[in-house]
Amino acid sequence: MHQWASASEFFAMGGYALYVWGAYGVTAIALVLEPVWTARRHQRALAAAAQRDTRLAGGLARER
Amino acid sequence: MTSPLPLRWFTFAAPSRFYALSGALLPWLWTVTVGLAVAGLYIGFFVAPSDATQGQAYRVIFIHVPAAWVGMVLYLAMAFWAAVGWAFNARLASMVARAIAPTGALFTFVALWTGAFWGRPTWGTWWVWDARLTSTLVLLFLYLGFIALVEAIDDTRRADHAGALLALIGAVNVPIIYFSVRWWSTLHQGATISATSAPKMASIMLTAMLLMTFAFWAYAFAVVFARTRAIVLERERDTEWVAALSQGKKSTA
Repeated sequence: MHQWASASEFFAMGGYALYVWGAYGVTAIALVLEPVWTARRHQRALAAAAQRDTRLAGGLARER
Repeated sequence: MTSPLPLRWFTFAAPSRFYALSGALLPWLWTVTVGLAVAGLYIGFFVAPSDATQGQAYRVIFIHVPAAWVGMVLYLAMAFWAAVGWAFNARLASMVARAIAPTGALFTFVALWTGAFWGRPTWGTWWVWDARLTSTLVLLFLYLGFIALVEAIDDTRRADHAGALLALIGAVNVPIIYFSVRWWSTLHQGATISATSAPKMASIMLTAMLLMTFAFWAYAFAVVFARTRAIVLERERDTEWVAALSQGKKSTA
């Protein structure tokens, strides 16, 4: 905690705020979005499997 | 029905087993990712001092170097699993290769992006066509080319095989990136860490950088496993075990 005298000094990054936060910000956004998109893809795959299963069960019921 | 003992190992390559095993691992991997990232960022921003020549701008190193390492090594992992999937007709290996590609592309993009935001204040330019930067851009295009190729071919296994060929040919680019700073005169600095000499940076900065590297690796494992699980479900939706799984999900929902 000894590196910064105040929060504003921390965010100013010694005049390099644009470069440091520009690098970290985009990295953070990317690494948060990718797991979210991946989780959605997994949910879609599960839903598609369940839907297909329901159709199949319905078809079998009609055959009987 | 008696399979020879050495082949038993391949039962772990069954997509259904992978699905269950990776599902149990994922919460731990995400926990480790967050823990390492918090520790790395804390040391990187609050313990490590500013750099004598670059001031605070150098702090980009804590994500730039780890992202570049992970982006390069993931390519070799992708080529390896694609080749295994091709040579041994192992479906899961091909699925893992496809799951690695977007994450490898993302880390390569992050390496280029953070490099630009570091180069601007220290070199005075966002981009320069030098050997290290250009070969890293080629790496990004190889990832995108792999994704585009496998998505463009309808026959899943033919797509896997074509992708494996592209991935293997492109693997030659990885040593080119790594040694580019030695082979050509380049604006990019040489290796900070090497196996043959002491690290050229303060140990507290090195600690932060290594923590971020392990955090990125834990992240890469977690997100690649998660994507592989989605691909397994997409490809195996006609199997009994996926049917049983989706039934189970419905009854608990």
